[in-house]
Amino acid sequence: MLAMLLLAALEVVTTTEDLGSIVREVGGDRVKVTALARGYQDPHFVEAKPSFIFAMNRADLLVLVGRELEIGWLPPLILQSRNPRVQPAARGYLDASLTAKILEIPTGQITRAMGDVHPSGNPHYWLDPDNGRRIAQAVQAKLQELQPEGAAYFSQRYADFDRRLAEGEKRWDAAMAPYRGTKIVTYHRSWPNFCERFGLNVIGYVEPKPGIPPSPGHTLDLIATMKREGVKLLLVEPYFDEKTPNAIGRETGAHVLVLPPSVGGEKAITDYIKLFDHDLDLVVEALKAGR
Amino acid sequence: MRAVLRSSVFPGFLFVFLAAPAPAQEAQPAADEVRRLEAEIAALREDFAGRLAALEAKLAALEAPAPTPAEVTPSPAPPEAPQPVAPAQAAPAPTVATPPLGSKVFNPDIAVIGNFLGAAGENDSPDAPPSLQMEEAEASFQAIVDPYARADFFLTFGPEEVGIEEGFVTFPTVPGGLLVKIGKMRDAFGKVNAMHAHMLPWTDRPLVVGNLVGGEEGLADSGVSVSRLIPNRFLFLEATGQVYQGSSEIFAAPKRSDLAYVGHLRAYRDLGESSNIDLGGSFAYGHNGATDDTTTRLWGADLTFRWRPLRRAIYRRFLARTELVWSRREGEEAAASSFGWYGSAEYQFARRWFLGARYDWSERAFDPSLEDKGGSLLLTWWPSEFSQIRGQFRRTEFADGQTANELLFQFLFSIGAHGAHPF
Repeated sequence: MLAMLLLAALEVVTTTEDLGSIVREVGGDRVKVTALARGYQDPHFVEAKPSFIFAMNRADLLVLVGRELEIGWLPPLILQSRNPRVQPAARGYLDASLTAKILEIPTGQITRAMGDVHPSGNPHYWLDPDNGRRIAQAVQAKLQELQPEGAAYFSQRYADFDRRLAEGEKRWDAAMAPYRGTKIVTYHRSWPNFCERFGLNVIGYVEPKPGIPPSPGHTLDLIATMKREGVKLLLVEPYFDEKTPNAIGRETGAHVLVLPPSVGGEKAITDYIKLFDHDLDLVVEALKAGR
Repeated sequence: MRAVLRSSVFPGFLFVFLAAPAPAQEAQPAADEVRRLEAEIAALREDFAGRLAALEAKLAALEAPAPTPAEVTPSPAPPEAPQPVAPAQAAPAPTVATPPLGSKVFNPDIAVIGNFLGAAGENDSPDAPPSLQMEEAEASFQAIVDPYARADFFLTFGPEEVGIEEGFVTFPTVPGGLLVKIGKMRDAFGKVNAMHAHMLPWTDRPLVVGNLVGGEEGLADSGVSVSRLIPNRFLFLEATGQVYQGSSEIFAAPKRSDLAYVGHLRAYRDLGESSNIDLGGSFAYGHNGATDDTTTRLWGADLTFRWRPLRRAIYRRFLARTELVWSRREGEEAAASSFGWYGSAEYQFARRWFLGARYDWSERAFDPSLEDKGGSLLLTWWPSEFSQIRGQFRRTEFADGQTANELLFQFLFSIGAHGAHPF
């Protein structure tokens, strides 16, 4: 008991609030978590603010999404952290994507003519709860490595999270079961893992290519496709302009749904499990109305 | 040809077999024959390599399947008796594309940025930019050296010269919380001096840089830089000290021991999640070469305000910045004290559009009675993150009474590795 009290909490920095929530689930009060990007922010375009450097400087562990999601802002923060513990390949550097199921890994020649492609696969993988489980597992292993005294505590917390997540999955799968195979359109390619898991079929994107803003020609094509395919739902991440999606919605009668892809994207979404509760409630409601 | 053949046993064998009777034939047809065979072999080899790569990819996919949920879901343990999960078994095979084989994986991140500049209008000053010019091509090579260091090279190719814009090694984890850089660097004097041309929010550098801070290109020299964070509760504070050879546009070292020194203190604070303020103070000192012991001192102050709402970060932002520079240059007879500054602002009003403005005012380092001033209006368009088109209307009133009204336009385009976004 005394040893428990003497152990200082591990300082953990995560690049996103989703990872922050999972680390909190596993680490409990043995970790102090700072998440850099807010859940309503485009995670590709976070700014490398110096105020982040202090948190990075103190960190025992850095957990990142990886797959080049943070390439525009995390490398300078790591470099300026002056912290040997979180440098790439150090013990306190955990790329959460390494044990996750990654979709859309491009094959063949990749060029920027395809837009802002991620050469090592789609980085929005946390939107499948099973990947949340895998991330939690990797986090558990890492926390046990960094603080072996807490091993039993971390595995207890992990087991509890795993149980609640499994209950959630039952709930979510059941809610989505009637809508499997429904065709939808999304703004950016943020939802492949989400849609694969919950049986939604993405047939188009508002962006003509990843990272390229909507063009009139592409929008007209998309409207025609949506009408032909009878698409009734269009998902928009909260950091994109809703003008084009709303115009598409008016034209096609599809419901335009602003869906936060991350914890913290709305005030109500305070943790990883609530993210799916919240998002799937909205999706089911929209699909019900569209029938 | 040898290199091509040596790399593969199969074509090498073919070559030996076919090349043997060659000397008996006439030289010209033999040469043609060899070329034909060479082409054939190359084609064969390409075909072979392609098939092999496809096979390897298939094999890799078979060997490393995506871990199924069953693999990673541990049996639910009762909370009373937790079972620690061993780190090794918790990590299923990563689902990564097979990396390219050979030494290529250690190649540095390479990027090339082209900076094409055009100018129209009247400007009679000797430094006036030409009508159309490939102003600069910058090649960058960046990689981690070993567990202790990383290296960054920026080579610039201008219309007349090739140079090292920067080339330094960084030791990010030196004891004492220090960040140490060694090599050729742009001096940490103020804000714009440390920026490469393609990072600037303008097509040119402000007048004060040209007049007081080392000419159009600014201060860059070979030396050592050490910087440290000063932890405190209120501010981000960073102190940087640099020692240079003393050889740049404004510094010249008559003796080897006449080094140049630069100090910079940066204070930063968030004013809420969308805006922040960045303050800096700089100092530079070195011999200027007018005589054996004349020196130049520079003092600088910079202030930046940034606003970027997080929910609409890709559509809206505003930045206002000013830099003030005081220079004291000792000449053969007397010392000249000069002052200059600029103030600028930029506003992003759509995902791809930026408006900007700048005011310039600066005395000249050799003679403070000569004042240059000017103003610019800018419009920038971003087709994507990797290219940029910019127009700048610039009016400059030179100290000698001449006035220049110019339209400058710039095309920036970048290929290769995705660099960090500037902040």
